[in-house]
Amino acid sequence: MLQLRKLTKTYKTGDQALKAIDLDVPKGQVLALIGPSGAGKSTMIRCINRLVEPTSGEALLDGVDLAKLGASALRKARREMGMIFQEYALVERLTVMENVLSGRLGYVGFWRSFLRRYPQSDVDEAFRLLDRVGLLHMADKRADELSGGQRQRVGICRALIQNPKLLLVDEPTASLDPKTSRQIMRLITELCRERDLAAIINIHDVALAQMFVPRVVGLRFGEIVYDGLPTGLTPDKLTEIYGEEDWEATIEKVDGEDEIEAAE
Amino acid sequence: MSAVALEDMVGRRWRKPAFVKNPVLRWTLILGFIAYLIAAFMTIEVDWGRVYDGLDRGWAFVLAFTSPDFTSRWSDIWSGLLESIVMTVAASVVGILISIPIGLGAARNVAPLPVYVICRGIVAISRALQEIIVAILLVAIFGFGPLAGFLTLSFATIGFLSKLLAEDIEAMDKVQAEAIRASGARWTQWINYGVQPQVMPRLVGLSIYRIDINFRESAILGLVGAGGIGATLNTAFDRYEYDTAAAILLLIIGIVMALEYLSGIIRARVQ
Amino acid sequence: MPVLKRDDTQIWRRRTTRESLTHWFGWLLGVAVFAYCWQIISASTTWFFVWDAPRIANDIWTRATPPRWEYITQLGRPIWDTLNIATLGTIIALFLAVPVAFLAARNTTPSPLFIRPIALLIIVSTRSINSLIWALLLIAIIGPGVFAGVIAIAIRSIGFCAKLLYEAIEEIDHSQVEAITATGGSRWQVMAYGIVPQILPAFAGIAVFRWDINIRESTVLGLVGAGGIGLQLSASLNVLAWPQVSLILIVILVAVVISEWVSAKVRGAII
Repeated sequence: MLQLRKLTKTYKTGDQALKAIDLDVPKGQVLALIGPSGAGKSTMIRCINRLVEPTSGEALLDGVDLAKLGASALRKARREMGMIFQEYALVERLTVMENVLSGRLGYVGFWRSFLRRYPQSDVDEAFRLLDRVGLLHMADKRADELSGGQRQRVGICRALIQNPKLLLVDEPTASLDPKTSRQIMRLITELCRERDLAAIINIHDVALAQMFVPRVVGLRFGEIVYDGLPTGLTPDKLTEIYGEEDWEATIEKVDGEDEIEAAE
Repeated sequence: MSAVALEDMVGRRWRKPAFVKNPVLRWTLILGFIAYLIAAFMTIEVDWGRVYDGLDRGWAFVLAFTSPDFTSRWSDIWSGLLESIVMTVAASVVGILISIPIGLGAARNVAPLPVYVICRGIVAISRALQEIIVAILLVAIFGFGPLAGFLTLSFATIGFLSKLLAEDIEAMDKVQAEAIRASGARWTQWINYGVQPQVMPRLVGLSIYRIDINFRESAILGLVGAGGIGATLNTAFDRYEYDTAAAILLLIIGIVMALEYLSGIIRARVQ
Repeated sequence: MPVLKRDDTQIWRRRTTRESLTHWFGWLLGVAVFAYCWQIISASTTWFFVWDAPRIANDIWTRATPPRWEYITQLGRPIWDTLNIATLGTIIALFLAVPVAFLAARNTTPSPLFIRPIALLIIVSTRSINSLIWALLLIAIIGPGVFAGVIAIAIRSIGFCAKLLYEAIEEIDHSQVEAITATGGSRWQVMAYGIVPQILPAFAGIAVFRWDINIRESTVLGLVGAGGIGLQLSASLNVLAWPQVSLILIVILVAVVISEWVSAKVRGAII
């Protein structure tokens, strides 16, 4: 469904963040993108929905090259791709409900959105999604009154109400505590399964990725250095992605945590 | 956890919760504001014919900016401008020097209560009185000329700077000041080592900002006879010499811009 | 931190010899400039009047007290005009300042090379010139009256509000804007959802803050004929009716205190 062909991004400073990335994501597949800071993870998902303009190459969504779309076609294409952010990126001074409904902006006209007169179907869907993530009672609270985990759930609702085919998820757990991180990862992967959504999840926590995701892509210096099952991430592979470090502890920790998980 | 059930919510219309929760109060505020606006507009008497006539003159004035006349009244402009600058410099120096002790006195964590009350009183009086009104009174007392302007600006500087300085001292880091006091320093040493380093960068920044304001204010004091470029400007307007007026305004804008640029550099250096 | 060796003992000093020389030279220059300024002021001052000042001040004080309280009946309309000048001027200024601010902020300007400098020029030129000067200019163009006062206040406030607002726009959290862009919202939707909610509190604060300042400024606009209570002040001064002057000054002081109180209350409620 999503195909990246020789996708390249060179910043004005000369830094080559992505070096001719080739990647296929089939429908309904959730994959984790791992790699050290500065490996180009964030740049890659932003190049797909063009919050960052790729320098060259193609990003095909159902055969349409996103990199060549004009402004209005790009807005239509962005509706197909929901995005979830590291620091939640909720509009803090708006209510939870307004934040969720803002996911419909690509579908409604300016005045309608300005006057907050969304179609009833959108409003119902927003209520359903908030109920699904357990925040229905918070609908009229302001976003800055929520805790980190709650904010990220609202962020997920905002992405899902777009009715996307693909989720682009940028470090969803980087600002959360370990328990909430797992809950959020579980929620994202469950929702993807329910709705048959593909997702690219940037994540720096290898153990967390291994726990929830069937496919892992490792990025280093803008190049794919690993693409396969989470179980294939041996210490050697991790060294290749992240550099020299004692990886046994990380992997053992994963096993240990799985047991705790099972006991819960 | 909550009593809100999805079945109740689905199908219901959603409205953004209002900023003012109480509907009676909300509508009173809205209608009251609209009523005020209507009343205000009704009572403004605009002589539209006069305004229409004025458009030509307005346009002439805009055009004057493209050909400002610096030369024909240059000696008037120069003496006015010099007087403005002189007033600004002298008043800023005196004002800053006086506002430092008053600022110290107006900070509750440094000064004893009686001193605090007196200094706050001075600050309040200085801030409540408009520069131009002070200038009128001082001109009546001291006669026409830059002395009245100088005193006005010094007085205004004291109110502005002392207040902000006092607030800064009250907000300073207690621990640093305590450490100095713990070393057995006397009051003056304590101020010099514990307080001054903390507030100095901001004091410098604020002083420069105040010089900027003083110059702008000095440009209007001439309107009431307190010296400076304002008198020249007023004469130019009275004689409908727009090109001279434009020249003066351009000079003022230029000097203010230069001062702002300079203050930006200095503030960046001290911080 | 230089350490000098002299007679085999080490002496710590704060500055090197060269540094302390430039330091002293700087102070010397400052004192010289101040002395020069003071000499100019002194030269254009009639010192006879200054020595006579205490007597004159005393004389004015005895004439001005008690204020002529019954004169207040004639001040109703001027007070209402003053309020309108400040409020309507502020509202007009805000309408004009918002687009200017969006054009001037680095992250929202359509063209940093051409449009941003123009917006900044509007901000600097309207800000550098006092509202009294704008009033003078407008009176020359469209004639005296409240209308000229409203426009003068409006023009003066554009630069002030736009400057503070564009600084607020430049400080917004970019990720919220990114999130709205990623949903496929149009340019205007991104503005309404991503930027406006973030700057709304700053906007409200600026509006009330400027309104407070404008109340002060509109009290004196009448001195040059632009309506409001300043007209009465000017008329009373011209006929040396000191009891009326003192009453007007009291009214102005009360108005300033009330407006400051209102603005503090409203800002407290918003933030």
